[in-house]
Amino acid sequence: MNLAPLFLSLRLAAIVSLLLVAVSLPLAAWLAFGRWRGRFLLEAVFALPLVLPPTVLGFYLLLALGPRSPLGALWQALFGHGLAFSFEGLVFASLLYSLPFAVQPLVSAFRGVDPKLLSASFVLGASPLRTFRRVVLPLSYSGLVTALVLSFAHTLGEFGVVLMVGGNLPGVTRTVSIAIYDSVQAFDYGEANRLALTLLGISFAALSVIYAVNRRVWSPWSSR
Amino acid sequence: MTAALSARIRKQHRGPVGAFVLDLSVDLAPGFTIVFGPSGAGKSTLLDCIAGLERPDAGRIAAGSETLFDSAAAVNLPAQKRRIAYVFQTLALFPHLTVEENTGYGLPGLSTEERRARVAEILESFGVADLQSRKPGEISGGERQRVALARSLVTSPRLLLLDEPFSALDADLKAELFDDLRAWNATRQLPILCVTHSRDEVDALGEHMIVLDHGRIVAEGFPRDVLRAPRRKRLAVAAGFENLLQATVLDLRESDGVMRVALKDCSVELEVPLAHALPGQSIQLAIRAGDILLATEQPGGLSARNVLPGKIAALDETGAVVRVVVDCGVRFLVHITPGAVRKLGLQTGQPVWLVVKTHSCHFVAD
Repeated sequence: MNLAPLFLSLRLAAIVSLLLVAVSLPLAAWLAFGRWRGRFLLEAVFALPLVLPPTVLGFYLLLALGPRSPLGALWQALFGHGLAFSFEGLVFASLLYSLPFAVQPLVSAFRGVDPKLLSASFVLGASPLRTFRRVVLPLSYSGLVTALVLSFAHTLGEFGVVLMVGGNLPGVTRTVSIAIYDSVQAFDYGEANRLALTLLGISFAALSVIYAVNRRVWSPWSSR
Repeated sequence: MTAALSARIRKQHRGPVGAFVLDLSVDLAPGFTIVFGPSGAGKSTLLDCIAGLERPDAGRIAAGSETLFDSAAAVNLPAQKRRIAYVFQTLALFPHLTVEENTGYGLPGLSTEERRARVAEILESFGVADLQSRKPGEISGGERQRVALARSLVTSPRLLLLDEPFSALDADLKAELFDDLRAWNATRQLPILCVTHSRDEVDALGEHMIVLDHGRIVAEGFPRDVLRAPRRKRLAVAAGFENLLQATVLDLRESDGVMRVALKDCSVELEVPLAHALPGQSIQLAIRAGDILLATEQPGGLSARNVLPGKIAALDETGAVVRVVVDCGVRFLVHITPGAVRKLGLQTGQPVWLVVKTHSCHFVAD
């Protein structure tokens, strides 16, 4: 079994899930506690990657990351190579693609914190930031774990966006899902099966972690 | 002397029991002030406004010379800058922090040793020093209440707000806690605004009270005076006047300072204090169950003017007082001691006489 695509995918998923949680913390806090009237629009925007076909997202990302876009041009000027068809480009794309999987569990965890605890923190003199750090975050621990694992697993398994944005460059953008596709195209079912089984095992383990840590936090099966 | 805190507040309020406008003005002196009133009267909203958790529509809140809120000058100090301690009904202890960490939460600026010392001292004052390393989920309800008080007071606030935090405690524990709070406050003279709808707490704390109904102050003064003669039916119920009776004025005897009234739907007549009323007018009377005497024989030679024959309809001996329902044409609720029940050998169906003093009958409006 050629392990290079697997390691590439794991590296991508690790970087993306860590960055995503960092980005999602303020975003989710804003969505959970903000009182802005147009908030529902942003909620819709952040949920878009859930419903769009990866090709739609990938197509626009390709344009956004290309050398003629401001972002692509800036990246080219700073690092000497383009974003499209690069590992960094994949990271950018995956951040957007997996965003809802980090934001949603955090929002519902934050909203689950008893508002009286926030009031108590305020009257004890704590600023909103300190309240967030000392009260909200520790009590949202399971939501944090869920966000981390879910965005990791989702990035690990993405296919369409990677194909659109990253192409298929061995060692650079050839992730495990694309390697499986290639193997099938080449009638190498044995290799496809080994990679697919590995991915299946990792995904199952990741989801097991989530449900072991907490059953109430956001999941496709949550009914309570 | 200027008041420790003065507040004029106007706020549109939409609560579970309907919308009303909170519109009042309070001046707090050092020591306890009790906010009393039926649920939904606006008590918690008043506290939230003072603490800065809710924003009044208009008004001004000042502590000494410092303005905390002024709608005219667009001043609105956030809750975390007001130095007002607030203990909620749910206590809101942080479940993930130990007792020591909870108590030290409001002291972030101090060095570790100094914070430890302050925390240990206040936990000692409230008798929970041995619980420092426990979490709120691992201590009893009474202990949690003590920790919540300590956590609020360790920050040296200028005012303490209590929103029924002790309602779940039994009477003995409550009395002990109040004694400790009083002892702590003896030298500090902090103004304490305490919301309650429990008569026990009013009696235990009573120095000054304001009575709230539908967002307005309807009575103010010493608790004994305020509660002895409630002027509104909702307050009378809250203050423990168990007997509310509809009556019609029969005649006025101005020279005796009394008038006679006939109770509705029966032949019972009562002599009550003289009021501004005309014969034929409908009035509402409130009589406390503990103010009625019960006799097994027709009593004579009494100063009390109202002696009513009746029959015991029900005896409820579940609590510390026995609740006796006596049917005199209308039903009266009478509170007596279990000892009295035994000595008199009271039983359901037994004929008895009720004795009601003229001045135990109070008029209330809706």
